[in-house]
Amino acid sequence: MDNGVSMERAAAAGAGARRARLPGFGLVLLALCGLGLLSTRARAPSPETLTPAPLPQLLSETGLYLPGTTRVDPENLGFVPQYPLWSDAAKKQRWIRLPERQAIDAKNPDAFDFPVGTKFWKEFGFGRAVETRFIERLPDGSWRFASYVWDSDGREARLAPEAGVRAVAPLGGGVVHDVPSLDDCRACHEGRKSPVLGFTALQLSPVRDALAPHREHVPTASVTLSDLARRGVLVNLPRQLLETPPAITGGSERENALRGYLYANCASCHNRQGPLAVLGLDFDVSVLPGAQNSLRASALGKASHFLPPGRTQASRIDPSDPLASVVLFRMQSRNPTYQMPPLGTRVADAEGVQLLTRFLSQDLSNEN
Amino acid sequence: MKTTSIINTLNALSALTVISGVALAAGCNETVNEKRGTPPTQVVHAAQAQPDSKPSPMSQAERVRLGEHLVATSACHDCHTPWKVGPNGPAPDMSRKLSGHPEGMVLPPAPPPSGPWIVSAAATNTAWSGPWGTSFTANLTPDKETGTGAWSEQNFVRAIRTGRHMGQGRPILPPMPVPVYQNFSDDELKSIFAYLQSIPAIKNRVPAPLPPVAAAAPS
Repeated sequence: MDNGVSMERAAAAGAGARRARLPGFGLVLLALCGLGLLSTRARAPSPETLTPAPLPQLLSETGLYLPGTTRVDPENLGFVPQYPLWSDAAKKQRWIRLPERQAIDAKNPDAFDFPVGTKFWKEFGFGRAVETRFIERLPDGSWRFASYVWDSDGREARLAPEAGVRAVAPLGGGVVHDVPSLDDCRACHEGRKSPVLGFTALQLSPVRDALAPHREHVPTASVTLSDLARRGVLVNLPRQLLETPPAITGGSERENALRGYLYANCASCHNRQGPLAVLGLDFDVSVLPGAQNSLRASALGKASHFLPPGRTQASRIDPSDPLASVVLFRMQSRNPTYQMPPLGTRVADAEGVQLLTRFLSQDLSNEN
Repeated sequence: MKTTSIINTLNALSALTVISGVALAAGCNETVNEKRGTPPTQVVHAAQAQPDSKPSPMSQAERVRLGEHLVATSACHDCHTPWKVGPNGPAPDMSRKLSGHPEGMVLPPAPPPSGPWIVSAAATNTAWSGPWGTSFTANLTPDKETGTGAWSEQNFVRAIRTGRHMGQGRPILPPMPVPVYQNFSDDELKSIFAYLQSIPAIKNRVPAPLPPVAAAAPS
């Protein structure tokens, strides 16, 4: 490929990187690469391999940790998205595991294609580890979702029922954290092209947005876009995204950060590809050339389907009365029938609300 | 949060509400009874074959007929069609078929839940109040702005499967008997959606739900 890191070169780089660990297989891997036998997509599985084993009952059986310990297997790569999802101030850790000799196809940098067998984990902590969510790509190409609830002694986490678990941790003020149901997992994760959220070119950019709410420190051991490409486990990424790390541009720094925030917190449902595309509200962000500012295009001055109580008309973002915008009303609310996002949070995000409020009351007001 | 758990519990209990709604409707809804009395036989067979065997493909007309039958027999009119008092007593106003709570109907605040009487309903059967707040039944007609006209079949099926508005949004509130309707097969839900898309669109913007009113102190 002329405009990207080629599959062959990257796979060869990956094979080379692994040669030190697998000295006997280096030449074989290189030969396989040359024959084009390694790819990001698994070869067609036989019917008997399409049926996955049941989900393990224990987190320790999913491959996250070294056997017999709670130390993360070094084959599992930690990562930190630059725009974290607000989850009521949960402290989070995230890891990805790729199957041996497989790579992520980044031809579409907004929606990576992951090889069969890819696993993700995300640990949620409120003072202690409370739950670890798990996503795995199955041989038939589908994904399965699960959550494991930690024992109070922090030694093991156990598979949660599909209905979820109520009140696994207090958040203060009588509010509790719930482990989501499988339906709620799917409601967020199946709303766009890739069910993997928080692992895109934009989210893994090595250059971070300084105004991103709840931005997290990126430990040295965590991987970014360039690390993954260098390791040879991310292929076909458009070359310009390695030369110029992906970032949201085009507006003020505050507006760019707000778009990143809405991308992480809202665009899993409100995008132009998924089931809610019919609403015409699009908070998605693309790093592809020529992408438009969909926040302004789909929200600014657009009538809201939802009307706050007592209102007979309202705009998603109201340029004439910015603080009356429905987006702000719903972000501030934690009434279950009004709040946005509608699930996964019980406490309004003061930092996110502040960013939006400042955009509305300062940036937008100054344009009028 | 208390409100969410109340919503979950009452959604399960709402099956009972609908059963009583059906019983009430049975006595006074001629239009619905007529349809119940003459179900389309071939369509019923298709529905019965759903759970264990691959259904034979239905034509769009057959889907609509099955959907009409399911809507008429599953109590949809009991809440989504406003009721009015006619010569034979209260009955769904079929001139506003499935258009939900009338937008022009201004209601006083609902009485607060008191003792064992925790649910109140307006005479139209389209506004319900309880510990979850006040809910207004949705406009199911295919009006693009105020009904389901902009919905996809997937939005509708997922709404029932997940119990969330359009499958991804806020919880669907009582008295909608989501747990009962989750027993429908995908084909049945698609048929219901096909029927709903075939009926006349009625522009009627249903208000958003209202937050709970404070519970009255026990007397």
